[in-house]
Amino acid sequence: MGHAPPAIEAVSWGWRHGGRSTWAVRHLDLVVQPGERVLLLGRSGSGKSTLLAGLAGLFDERGGGESEGQLRVFGEAPATSRSRSGLVLQDPEAQLVMSRAGDDVAFGLENRGVPTDDIWPRVRAALDAVGWAYGPNRPTDQLSGGEQQRLALAGVLALEPDLLLLDEPTANLDPEGAGLVREALARVLDHRATTLVLVEHRVAEWLHLVTRVVVLAAGGGILLDGPPSEVFVGHDELFARHGIWTPDHRGKRPARPLLAPQPESLIVTEQLSAQPPLADRPLFARLDLVVRSAEALAIVGPNGSGKSTLAHLLGGLHRPQAGQVSASEALAPGHAGSSVWQWPARRLVTRIGSVFQDPEHQFLTGRVADELALGPMRGGLPEAEARRRALELAERLHLDAVWEANPFTLSGGEQRRLSVATALATAPRALILDEPTFGQDRRTWDEMLSLLAGLADSGRGVVLATHDRALVEALADRTLHLPLGA
Amino acid sequence: MRWRTIDIVVTAALGVAFGVVFWAWGLVFSAVGAGTFAPPLYILSGVWLIPAVLAPLIVRLPGAGLLAEFMAAAVSALLGSAWGLDTLASGLMQGAGAELVFALGLYRRWTLPVALLAGAGAAIGEWFHDMAFYFAGFAFTIQLAYGAWMLVSGVIIAGLGSWYLLRMLRPTGVLAAFPSGRSGPEPAS
Amino acid sequence: MQLRRPGIANPTAFLPAANAVAKLGAALIVMLVAFLSRDPVTPAILLAGVGLAMTLTGLRVADLVRLVGPLLVAAAILGVLNALLTGTPVGSSPGAVVDRATIGLALGLRVAAIALAGSLALATIDPADLASGLIGHLHVPDRLAIGALASLRLVPILVTEWRTIGLARRARGVDAGRNPVAALRLALGALVTLLVSAIRRASRLALAMDARGFDGRTKRTMARPPRMRLADWLLLAASGALGVAAIAISMALGRWAFIFG
Repeated sequence: MGHAPPAIEAVSWGWRHGGRSTWAVRHLDLVVQPGERVLLLGRSGSGKSTLLAGLAGLFDERGGGESEGQLRVFGEAPATSRSRSGLVLQDPEAQLVMSRAGDDVAFGLENRGVPTDDIWPRVRAALDAVGWAYGPNRPTDQLSGGEQQRLALAGVLALEPDLLLLDEPTANLDPEGAGLVREALARVLDHRATTLVLVEHRVAEWLHLVTRVVVLAAGGGILLDGPPSEVFVGHDELFARHGIWTPDHRGKRPARPLLAPQPESLIVTEQLSAQPPLADRPLFARLDLVVRSAEALAIVGPNGSGKSTLAHLLGGLHRPQAGQVSASEALAPGHAGSSVWQWPARRLVTRIGSVFQDPEHQFLTGRVADELALGPMRGGLPEAEARRRALELAERLHLDAVWEANPFTLSGGEQRRLSVATALATAPRALILDEPTFGQDRRTWDEMLSLLAGLADSGRGVVLATHDRALVEALADRTLHLPLGA
Repeated sequence: MRWRTIDIVVTAALGVAFGVVFWAWGLVFSAVGAGTFAPPLYILSGVWLIPAVLAPLIVRLPGAGLLAEFMAAAVSALLGSAWGLDTLASGLMQGAGAELVFALGLYRRWTLPVALLAGAGAAIGEWFHDMAFYFAGFAFTIQLAYGAWMLVSGVIIAGLGSWYLLRMLRPTGVLAAFPSGRSGPEPAS
Repeated sequence: MQLRRPGIANPTAFLPAANAVAKLGAALIVMLVAFLSRDPVTPAILLAGVGLAMTLTGLRVADLVRLVGPLLVAAAILGVLNALLTGTPVGSSPGAVVDRATIGLALGLRVAAIALAGSLALATIDPADLASGLIGHLHVPDRLAIGALASLRLVPILVTEWRTIGLARRARGVDAGRNPVAALRLALGALVTLLVSAIRRASRLALAMDARGFDGRTKRTMARPPRMRLADWLLLAASGALGVAAIAISMALGRWAFIFG
């Protein structure tokens, strides 16, 4: 090629975070030329985020980490070429610094010492580049997730980077939000020949934007490297084995048993309504819904449409504004027709299990073993019996390896399995899950699908509040779309 | 001892989190709060002082107590304290009280006795503020009675309490970026 | 309690549009003069002045009442408490009672003046403007001010999380019922969970800020450099004049008393 150095050059590069004993990335050899657009794939733990952070020049050996090999961005050490790269992270909330949109975009420019008079024209240009529909004074906490990510992208673009690094930018977004971000990125790439490295789990929607796919192997090295048309052909088994999404992977629900239990109603809502305090329309009104056993019910809709609210109401976690949520005889013998909101927590936990979107919200103890035993003991089981059940569940959900660990130190997938396990520990007949497949790699996703299918097939009522279309297609027997009009 | 970005933002966020908790627990003075001016009820006053002791224990940098306590006060003020900017003055004096203790230890001693003393220091700062602003007319013996309650509360709730909070936070792995977090187990990815 | 401060109905009103540091300074002047006084006249005059300023806040009347009401009630209660618990003068002669009541009145008005000035300032100052004002006019270290400002973004997030954490505990079968010890353990557990979340989010935010060049060696510029206009200087001057007038009138009436001694 010409005299310009490659955008990225890694020679046997590795990085170990301070305080950890395993290497996050190892033996990486990679060359990316300017103008290439790379989709970086790999299982959780294969070092994708570490690589991006390293490219962005964020690592500093003073923090205790250690590197080996060589990593060059445009021919120099990443820390030196930091001004030529821009990094967009996964969580929109964690990236926005200012409370007004324009101020946030200006933040990066201020940091670089750009003179005041040059700042606002560049801010406006960056906002235009991502197709920003609002003015610069829009409060950032009134934006949807997709809009926040667009704003984060604008903030990075204002600095006119030559290398764009995107670390799962749509993982926390619903499909509409993800679409906004893709659209914005497509616009940007139409106008400038920026080098792009993109990490994403769900690949299908991004293929038209990239020129090359690189698959990292956990433990070091590269599995596959080539244009999309080649990488995804004939390697299905390899991808499946390594737990990596392919464009056409559709989860499939395991075959149902021949003798399926008859569905009975478990939770009944009557005339249930919810309206947020400042809204002019309700999320749902006068809703009559029945949660049945041996059935998977999906509640779908974009973020903010009331899925979590409905999930919490069905779970008996707070009082309905209007209407009633009551239990059937099948769910709670002797308490048929009573309102679940008024039950003491001890009774609730043995009848209806609720799994929250963020597993960490539900952790109560300092050990996985104690987490699993807590629910059954609260429900009245003697300790020895509770511990036995806890051990069973841990083995079933592959948590025995972390039996003694503090729940907060588990990986994302392990935390999610733990939160489902704790809900199952009390053997409730109804299980309500809020976004159970949030940001997961293929292996965890497939496991979750078969777990939930198995629960429904064994006679439980499973309710999923989710915007994951693939999960809904694979699993749901019935679907409820929110928001419903009045 | 240079302040990294993470030190600044985490210290401030600790204060913010406590400000939210004060609001959630109804400890922010509105008209209702005015009714709790009786000395025995000040036994809970140590709760307000926790940020001033906990933040320095975590971050181990000069000024952390001041910053965290100031932010806790700021958030309390923004979420509904009736006293407005005066809440910030209160926060500054409480933070200064704790800060003084850590300064006397040259910012190198982070042990339990120091935490208890810092709780006492913060309580003394709070005492000066409340006597000067709210209870300036009280008889001195009554002011001392308030002071006694505040001191005990500061030492136990803010001093000992912060120590225990630090011990509960360490094993979660969330303090890995700070020197105070090094003795916990290794977190996953 | 409201989550948000009352929205400014009229953002072009005098106070919302004024320079943040000028507003801070004006409030601090009034608060200082009130703090230093021990008589009823000084704070009364200050209150009158600040009361006039309420018309310049651009807030709706209902919001103003909600802002000022609890403050006045609390100040009144404090005034009464001070009157009841003051050491001197002793005795139940009418003179002594009136003296004690005057002390109570003076201190109650004093607290009201301090709190009212402070509340109006808080209601009309935008934190981002204050941060740039502190950096630009008072040379506060910029990384400190911006870092603190960034952490304020976590407030609505943490409020929502607090509620969710409470719901999650109920879902796990844990509620306090009537047992105070159980309630305490529950509260403590929720506190730790919230702190973990706050520290995690703050750490990620710090990383994102560094990724955008925050910890660089370059000197930061400002997108919105603060400016002091004539009106801002006038605000400060008016506040100073109010303070001086309050002391002068109080002295002229022979009522001035210094707080210490």
